[in-house]
Amino acid sequence: MTKKLLEGSQGIAEAVALCRPQVIAAYPITPQTHIPQELADMVANGKLKAEWVNVESEHSAASVVLGASATGVRVFTASSSQGILLMNEVLFNIAGMRLPVVLVCVNRAISAPLNIWNDQQDSISQRDTGVIQLYAEDNQEAADLVYQAYRIAEDHRVQLPVMVCLDGYVLSHAWETVDIPSQAQVDSFLPPFKPLYKLDPENPLSFGMYMEPDKYLETRYMIQHTMEQSIGIIQDVAHDFEKIFGRPATAIIEEYQTHDATTILVGMGSMVSLFKEEVDQLRSQGQKVGVLKLVCYRPFPKEELYQSLKRAKHVVVIEKATSLGFGGPVASELRSVFYGCPHQPAISGFIAGLGGRDITAETVKTALNKAHRHPVDTEYLDLRTDLELEGISNPAGQHKK
Amino acid sequence: MVSKTTEDLSHLFASGHSACAGCGQSLSVRLVLRAAGRNIITTNSTGCLEVFSSNYPRSAWQVPWIHSLFENAASVAAGVEAALRATGRIDQIRVIGQGGDGGTGDIGFGALSGMWERGHDILFICYDNENYANTGVQRSGLTPYGSSTTTSPAGKVSWGNPRPKKNLPEIALAHGLPYVATTSVGYPFDLDKKVKKALSIRGPKYLQIFANCPLGWRHDTAFTISISKLVVETGLYPLLEWENGQLISARKIGKKKSVDEYLRLQGRFSHLFGPGGDKEIAKIQAIADANIAKYGLMSKSATGVEPPDETVEAARASVTAPPSSPTKPAVRTFTLGELAAYNGRNGQPAYVAYKGKVYDVTSSSLWEDGEHQLEHKAGRDLTEDMNNAPHSDDTLDRVAMVGVLKN
Amino acid sequence: MKLTIGGVSQPGTSRENRTGSWRVNSRPSHLHKTCTACDLCALSCPEGCIYGKGRNTYYSDLTYCKGCGNCADVCPVDDIVMVPEEKSLPQEWMVFSDNQEYKSMATS
Repeated sequence: MTKKLLEGSQGIAEAVALCRPQVIAAYPITPQTHIPQELADMVANGKLKAEWVNVESEHSAASVVLGASATGVRVFTASSSQGILLMNEVLFNIAGMRLPVVLVCVNRAISAPLNIWNDQQDSISQRDTGVIQLYAEDNQEAADLVYQAYRIAEDHRVQLPVMVCLDGYVLSHAWETVDIPSQAQVDSFLPPFKPLYKLDPENPLSFGMYMEPDKYLETRYMIQHTMEQSIGIIQDVAHDFEKIFGRPATAIIEEYQTHDATTILVGMGSMVSLFKEEVDQLRSQGQKVGVLKLVCYRPFPKEELYQSLKRAKHVVVIEKATSLGFGGPVASELRSVFYGCPHQPAISGFIAGLGGRDITAETVKTALNKAHRHPVDTEYLDLRTDLELEGISNPAGQHKK
Repeated sequence: MVSKTTEDLSHLFASGHSACAGCGQSLSVRLVLRAAGRNIITTNSTGCLEVFSSNYPRSAWQVPWIHSLFENAASVAAGVEAALRATGRIDQIRVIGQGGDGGTGDIGFGALSGMWERGHDILFICYDNENYANTGVQRSGLTPYGSSTTTSPAGKVSWGNPRPKKNLPEIALAHGLPYVATTSVGYPFDLDKKVKKALSIRGPKYLQIFANCPLGWRHDTAFTISISKLVVETGLYPLLEWENGQLISARKIGKKKSVDEYLRLQGRFSHLFGPGGDKEIAKIQAIADANIAKYGLMSKSATGVEPPDETVEAARASVTAPPSSPTKPAVRTFTLGELAAYNGRNGQPAYVAYKGKVYDVTSSSLWEDGEHQLEHKAGRDLTEDMNNAPHSDDTLDRVAMVGVLKN
Repeated sequence: MKLTIGGVSQPGTSRENRTGSWRVNSRPSHLHKTCTACDLCALSCPEGCIYGKGRNTYYSDLTYCKGCGNCADVCPVDDIVMVPEEKSLPQEWMVFSDNQEYKSMATS
């Protein structure tokens, strides 16, 4: 184990290399490009033995790793924003074919308008694909989730792709001290890839069949069932990780001072670090607040979230994505967890930080104050009052419950 | 219940698939797998082929096969190839990507171009049925001029598809591929030879196969083979081969057919035979003529006489039609050495000797590049071979006699 | 029927689908009179259901034959003709696909 001062992308690249992928394909897009660049450098210098495929688009990046995974080798790809969107149908395809592809999403906003800064719209927009999604709070966790991602994906009881998400620039370009384990440690945690099925002339199978209505429904049910079961497997993998690497792994959720909290902030990714700071400050002032960090977004851990949040009076969700025409995905999914249940905290939803707009201590305080006054359905935080929004006469108006 | 290893290569693509009767694409696939053998991994774009060959749990494929999406057969193949390379098996197992004309030249083109540019060791095969057949006969970039499809329909103000066929072989050449070829399902030995040749060359390769769609083109299912030969005999679909950018073979046309004969048999061109259509047919004829000129497709025998067509109809027609050449040939005498020069290669006609007579087999569809059944070679006395072959004396009556063998 | 993970299928299972039922009008009849074993019929069959080795031994497996007629069109010695579909067929035709003797006459 070595502690290194690394850029987030470098930490990811080191972790990926230790997992010994044999085929890597990636396409340039800010802010993930440093990851494939690091890996290309390792391959060019013999530090990583892998086939590096310089594809001509992200659709092909995902397709190359699909083909290679089906041929029975461990693979890796990464992307952001438009690239993740361009991979969309391939991600559905990889999940439907139950191939254990691991990819990293360096979270970035979606065009139009064009914006290269951080929000989580890209990965959240893929939530229906059947890809398992894990969100990292800091660069250590991002690297650690990579090792776990391969273990989870390749488990024959799972056999689904896993996407590790980290916030663009905020994490990918930030330099932090990251513990990089030894190859021997990673090898003891992550055994060689043993595919469930593969393309091989010795046993000629057919992948990607056409399936009629009398069978398709069941395949979707199979994936849903598998994803629900995988929550337990993800937790087991995290425990294993802790045993071998000697540091905590959060797996599904992390509870920070939630045990007696009347108000709990919910978030994903780097914003959680800020929430924890705010909570520390508020606790010092006697307020009973806590943070629920959601690490595993898909599968959505309904039971774990319910148990953790049920005794709170206020649940305040701040998220860096929105379902336009509706509201915050995380908040609305969280509300559904409590539907018809005896415990009913007031769940407020806030959209913030889109397109790289900073989420600050003020943002958090505003959210808490608004939520404490009365529950909020969906509200955009930090909307500028000095901008004229053409066609809107009452800006910052929101749907009030 | 399925025998995996006892099936011969000719049946590697199993029966029971749900292709239309007479489908040129299913026949092409059969012939491709027969040539390629078992030691391959193949990818497939969305389209007719993957739909009719893979209805879960029934698969016609007896080689490893993967279908992903419409546009990524080439990039999935690239992934397969990279995996084989990473695991040291790239020399043992061949990778073949397959797509229809749409999945190859339209939606699949970006991935294909990228795969070619990167130089993967993959043979990409386009089953060219000149339309998006699976979705109901829509126009693609490879739909030929004047073809009526559901999205380029012939009508009161339309003569059908207004654009010429996208020239994918030339685009392939521009990528610097070591091997590019065109073939037709009506020439099974040509197809077989080209698949084998392609797979023996390392690097990115392209093979385009003319594969009829009887349903989409609206022709009698029994004419799949004859139409796929006619299209070559008109010059509309030359059978070409390039190695490292150099044209190394262009199948000669013995007796040129006018494009009318080809167009007339298909409903997708029937509108061209109405008033005013002759101008459109002339344009199509011009395309054929341009191909003939560009690739030197017309062949003449050494005696200056066009070898007769082997069909019965043509034989009858030649009795009443004016002679194609004003001079009648003298009976020529050949030594064995002289005969050897007519080996059917490098533009030379193909002559064979039998029982003292010399025959011109150049334009016979049973002779490809101076070879019959990949076994018998032109430019030789085949008397001995014939005695061991399932042929009778009158087999060669169908071809022109051009001389006698000097004893 | 089992739904495998990822819908992965076994090879050659299409044979369960007896496409011979598609024929309505006519079927091929191999006359076995002038056949030269040129193999063109087998090489023109999209179903791959023609088997034979040697002169006058070629058969179409009617379990799968869709009656397209290419074999008859292509035969250079007119040894194959399309005949009207009969209601009842000789027994040996129906069990063709299980007949080991016919199966052994595979083309190369």
